[in-house]
Amino acid sequence: MFLFLIASGLSLIFGVLRVLNFAHGTFYMLGAYGAYQLVQWLGVGPGRFWLAALGAAAAVAALGGLVERVLFRHLYGKEELYQLLFTYALVLVLSDSAKMVWGTQQKSVSRPPELTGSFSVFGATIPSYNLLILLLGPAIALAFWFVLQRTRVGRFIRAAALDRETLGALGVNVSALYTWVFVLASFLGGLGGALISPMRATTPGMDTEVIVEAFVVVVIGGLGSFWGTFLGALIYGQVLSFGILLFPRFSIFAVFALMAAVLIVRPWGLLGRPLR
Amino acid sequence: MSRVPWAPIALVAALLVPAAGSRFYTFLANDVVIWALFATSLNLLVGYSGLVSFGHAAYFGIGAYATGLLMKKAALPFLLAFPAAGVLAGAFALIFGFFCVRLTRIYFAMLTLAFAQIVWAICFKWNELTGGEQGMPDIPYPDLAVMGRLPLVGALRVSDHYYLLSVLLVGLCLWLLRRIVRSPFGRLLTTIRENPERAEFIGVNVRRYELAAFVLAGAFAGLAGGLFGIFNRGVFPDFAYWTKSSEVLIMTLLGGMGTFYGPTVGALALILLNQQITSYTEYWPFVLGSILVALLFGFPGGLAGAAVALWARTLGRLRSA
Repeated sequence: MFLFLIASGLSLIFGVLRVLNFAHGTFYMLGAYGAYQLVQWLGVGPGRFWLAALGAAAAVAALGGLVERVLFRHLYGKEELYQLLFTYALVLVLSDSAKMVWGTQQKSVSRPPELTGSFSVFGATIPSYNLLILLLGPAIALAFWFVLQRTRVGRFIRAAALDRETLGALGVNVSALYTWVFVLASFLGGLGGALISPMRATTPGMDTEVIVEAFVVVVIGGLGSFWGTFLGALIYGQVLSFGILLFPRFSIFAVFALMAAVLIVRPWGLLGRPLR
Repeated sequence: MSRVPWAPIALVAALLVPAAGSRFYTFLANDVVIWALFATSLNLLVGYSGLVSFGHAAYFGIGAYATGLLMKKAALPFLLAFPAAGVLAGAFALIFGFFCVRLTRIYFAMLTLAFAQIVWAICFKWNELTGGEQGMPDIPYPDLAVMGRLPLVGALRVSDHYYLLSVLLVGLCLWLLRRIVRSPFGRLLTTIRENPERAEFIGVNVRRYELAAFVLAGAFAGLAGGLFGIFNRGVFPDFAYWTKSSEVLIMTLLGGMGTFYGPTVGALALILLNQQITSYTEYWPFVLGSILVALLFGFPGGLAGAAVALWARTLGRLRSA
């Protein structure tokens, strides 16, 4: 479910800006490191973890906005290759900076104290933190959907995805909107990283792994499509788990094959719209 | 521009590297030579045909595994195993490319990435054939006893012999690639890059040409991979991982897309730079990323592009003076 959080940020950026943001995985990693750092500073206590997670996500969002404002916007008119390579350069620089700050040792964040227990659901034991994430995913998804569908900013974002020139001509500040899209998407990525940090170890290299997974999700579901991303995350999870059950060694293969198949038959994804 | 025969000079210079007697320099030079071929093959797609492949490492990896497997498991001689790398990589490029060229721009890049990840996943998991995650160590050197009997080079090390072989083979491949780029076929690729609708309009089957370019680029990348597997003394799944694809893209861009020897310059510059910088700091990716940002903003034409522009400007100034 957390993958959905990350993938939706990626999808948002593609939908509006038509850019594949390789650095999105790095934002996710920075979110996890940020959460670790803030937990170190704040100490363990009720509610402290959530504060740390939100703080980390906010910091990552600010970074995303800054990068867009200062550098990325100068590349909009250029070829896709330059944009792709720029986001890749970001991956290199940011993940190496993370290595400088936090070293190569893996970091782990302890679960928030109020959620260390576990529940049993249908005879299976699930740690309560994992259960919460499971519920939080759809909740954030709904909130996000609400923002996109019902608020003024959301309406602008959807409009920009359809036709940015017209939107600009109608007097909307498209350039500021892009920055906000970047901020929002980075926030989602950072939040995903922060929330996952108690479940998985935070290590350098987690960024290049997760970005590929997130790619698969958004490509299957449809780049730029919100429910498509949701569907993509579900399909990805199912294929991976059933793949492991049926032919354990080739489950990764099945996932990429599915991605290729979707691209061949419907390049814009299951629920996406074709680009002009 | 000038009548200086740069290519033969570079070839001779490359052949003289082992004469310096340093095992390390030969190693570096060998690395450069192989990456030069890899980057040039990508340039055929990105630079000349305008197809941005984000999964070019797949064919490099396939070539490396093909040569490695044939030489190690089937004990075939290099003379057969090396062309096999190109043929196999080209065959895969034909299958994958068939689907890829149907898509445009960003979707093309994504599908090439997806196929590359499939190749990577297979290499990573198929333990019996590829050695899985551990890769395949101990690829034998080709039997170069012939070189031992030649004058001048006979006394050199085996690795030097292999280096000389790589230089000659890469030189041959680059010459072929140059012929391709300069041929009517190559010109048409550039036409397609500039204006696909127009190319279609004058009766060119755009997809077929793009596919042909894709297959050729894949085959040459496979040959580079075959050479690299032996040079590296082992073949590992991350040869086909997506970060490799972006590395070679950076090289191509650094040297200059669309200029024929640009990628070679890029490979040389990047590998030497890597060598220098990693001796000062372990944070090479940080430096590489910064270079890349500077390049994207400052010199979109790459080093070769910048040099050509500078040359043209000086010439212009001389004429006007």
